[in-house]
Amino acid sequence: MTARSKSAHREPLVRIVKRGDISTRKAWCIRALAALGAVLTGALLILALGHNPGPVYGQMIIGALGSKTALTETIKKAIPLLGAAIAIAPAFKMKFWNIGAEGQIMAGAIAASYFALFHGQSLPRPVLLLVMMAAALAAGALWGVIPALFKARWGTNETLFTLMLNYIILGFERYLQNGPWKKPSSGGFPKIAMFGESAKLPRLFGVHIGWIFVLVLVVAMTVYLYRSKHGYEIAVVGESEPTARYAGMNVARIIIRTMLLSGAIAGLVGFLQVSGANYTLTENTAGGIGFTAITVAWLAKLNPVVMVFIASLLAILQKGSGRIQTEFLIPASAAEVLTGIILFFMLGCEFFINYRLILRPGKERKHG
Amino acid sequence: MKNLTKRFGEVIANDKVCLTVRRGEILSLLGENGSGKTTLMNMLSGIYFPDEGEIFINGQPVVIRSPKDAFDLGIGMIHQHFKLVDVFSAAENIVLGLDGKAVIDRRALSEAITGISRKYGFEIEPERKVYDMSVSEKQTVEIIKVLYRGADILILDEPTAVLTPQESEKLFAVLRNMRDDGKAIVIITHKLNEVMEISDRVAVLRKGSCIGTVDTACTTPRELTEMMVGRSVTLDIDRPSVPRGEERLKVVDLTCLSEEGVTLLDKVSFSAYGGEILGIAGVAGSGQKELCEAIAGLCPVQGGAILYAGEVGGVPLHENLVGKSPMEIIRKGVALAFVPEDRLGMGLVAGMDIVDNMMLKSYRTGKGPFADRAPARVLAADVVERLSVVTPGLSAPVRRLSGGNVQKVLVGREIASSPSVLITAYPVRGLDINSSYTIYHLLNEQKEKGAAVLFVGEDLDVLLELCDRILVLCAGRVSGIVDARWATKEQIGLMMTHSGKGGGKK
Repeated sequence: MTARSKSAHREPLVRIVKRGDISTRKAWCIRALAALGAVLTGALLILALGHNPGPVYGQMIIGALGSKTALTETIKKAIPLLGAAIAIAPAFKMKFWNIGAEGQIMAGAIAASYFALFHGQSLPRPVLLLVMMAAALAAGALWGVIPALFKARWGTNETLFTLMLNYIILGFERYLQNGPWKKPSSGGFPKIAMFGESAKLPRLFGVHIGWIFVLVLVVAMTVYLYRSKHGYEIAVVGESEPTARYAGMNVARIIIRTMLLSGAIAGLVGFLQVSGANYTLTENTAGGIGFTAITVAWLAKLNPVVMVFIASLLAILQKGSGRIQTEFLIPASAAEVLTGIILFFMLGCEFFINYRLILRPGKERKHG
Repeated sequence: MKNLTKRFGEVIANDKVCLTVRRGEILSLLGENGSGKTTLMNMLSGIYFPDEGEIFINGQPVVIRSPKDAFDLGIGMIHQHFKLVDVFSAAENIVLGLDGKAVIDRRALSEAITGISRKYGFEIEPERKVYDMSVSEKQTVEIIKVLYRGADILILDEPTAVLTPQESEKLFAVLRNMRDDGKAIVIITHKLNEVMEISDRVAVLRKGSCIGTVDTACTTPRELTEMMVGRSVTLDIDRPSVPRGEERLKVVDLTCLSEEGVTLLDKVSFSAYGGEILGIAGVAGSGQKELCEAIAGLCPVQGGAILYAGEVGGVPLHENLVGKSPMEIIRKGVALAFVPEDRLGMGLVAGMDIVDNMMLKSYRTGKGPFADRAPARVLAADVVERLSVVTPGLSAPVRRLSGGNVQKVLVGREIASSPSVLITAYPVRGLDINSSYTIYHLLNEQKEKGAAVLFVGEDLDVLLELCDRILVLCAGRVSGIVDARWATKEQIGLMMTHSGKGGGKK
């Protein structure tokens, strides 16, 4: 039998073995090595583009953190990322793949803008801001709960559903921008008017107070997910719906409730964007934040505290790569590749923290 | 096999195990849960790679890197959970994954399969679709699949766990034929009577090490158990006599349909009394699952009534459970400890730790929005200690525990809620002897406390020894209720299939 002749297999060259518990120090060593690897690989890319890696990296850091303005801009980028990631967390924990945060942000932004644009004069500032926020929460919750209702009632696929809702709300925004809400003086380049002063979020330490909102959300969501009864229910439903039913949980109600919450937080992010960052509504108000937030949430393993760091890292990379584009005329695509390399190393190293590679012993044993 | 060692992280699953399997013999591999039987066999079949040690086949050292290597070396494994494609026919499943021409010569294939079947005494229709097959037929397909690929060494992981006594007999006849044909067969099992019946030699594993190999002819079940457990144990199951209490549950004409409208339960009627263990026997898929789920409120009921008599806070209560939500039923003191085929499907959350699993049904207690984990932690520690659950710690995900320990956690939690009706389905499925006895003991304790215990089991010997009465289900109908003290295995076996068409059909 030919099978026998194959018995001369050698041990595989590299084997992957799961590690037991690894010491924290060792884990951080691996992470540090990964960071070094990322910097070196990125340097190769920069060299290939004909630049000196040292100054380019330097400018990235300066561009993101070097001055008060730069730092403010970076934080302004991190706020919506973090907020949207927190919004996604409970849904993802429930294994309800809400990729509609983008649309929920937009829904919240539109609702908040309505009050800013049409009731901006009649209401005092605190009341107006509160009304805008409430409207954004409600609109986001509505946009989030629609797919949940369909999933709970008819078992529809939430991934497609939430994705499609993104396009609907984006189309609606374009309609408003080009029609009813168009600023009369904007001419052939349709725009929505800037908000009045009373519709703008106040600042604290140079950044709109959205950062306080999201930090409070980090704490609240951590407690909600890990300490509350609701959080427990979400985790059980996510692991196994039959088990949840067995434990007497009303699965449909939990799905709906969780998506109301997820959508509402995303809606709040929309409010922060229009009222804190942009002072107006554009079709880029959500600008892919809802999708990038999925990366943030996932990388943080849905842990809100870790999300703070991931969102900051992404914001720094985005801001820094923007800087080197203008400073060294490095094309945007190359800057993105650089960002990708750094992320790849930082995330890839988690694999080496969980697994160990074993090389075939150098001295080859004779087989067969 | 020589000095095979396999570690998972810091856990040593196999420690320098040496084992020999000869051609033309059936070797039983015996050991408690988590003693490393499956890991050892998985190394042979290429699913895991050993950390140390060598494997020899026909005296040649070999390296098995993948299941494909194992096939090439003539090693075939029949897993506990079948790996078949439901919508394919038997023949299609058998050639699945094999290299070959793009076009399958169906006639030649059919002939080859029939040839193998005739040689060893299988009964199979190559063109039948897998979803139409009973469990034992599926198993047959699995066995032919490995034989068709030219396996000389067959490994069967708990093959009889899902079979009726009659089907097991048939399987053993086939195994003997294969042995006489010169194949080497390794069979993993927990059932000592089967070990004595089928095998030529027995290898015993304990905590990852091989304790020894003995000739079956020169040993006794008692001796084997002692080797396995490491100390002497009694093999008799207690049946404490408790005066029968009041009627706790009266099921009248209970009827359930599946979503497709197939009758799953057909006018099932019986009563369960406090202080009694009512056994429920039947071929797999005869409606046991639906019966348990209907009582717990998890399965929609089309007709009939489930009358429950208990008390809530000292107030007597008589109610029909049909139409109540699972939550209301739990509150009334009906506990369901259902251990499904995959052990973790329902009842426990695999990714959560023992503490979080303990509060699965009780997390709502306490005011306010926050879940109080303190009582759950106390209970978890208590269950771990009382049932001697082997776990790295209370915060280890249940997924990482071995099957037996998972079941102890589940049964421990259900019992801790001091239910007035305790439904357990397959609580000892796949459990080793020691753990099984712990579970039997716990059920008896509940019975002595006056709870009505429903015990859905598959091992008739156990049902006969443990239960007071046995209800036999066949294709969704009650074919009889017998007194366990007087009934015989053959009598129940016949009742399990009495409709004449065989119980395999749903």
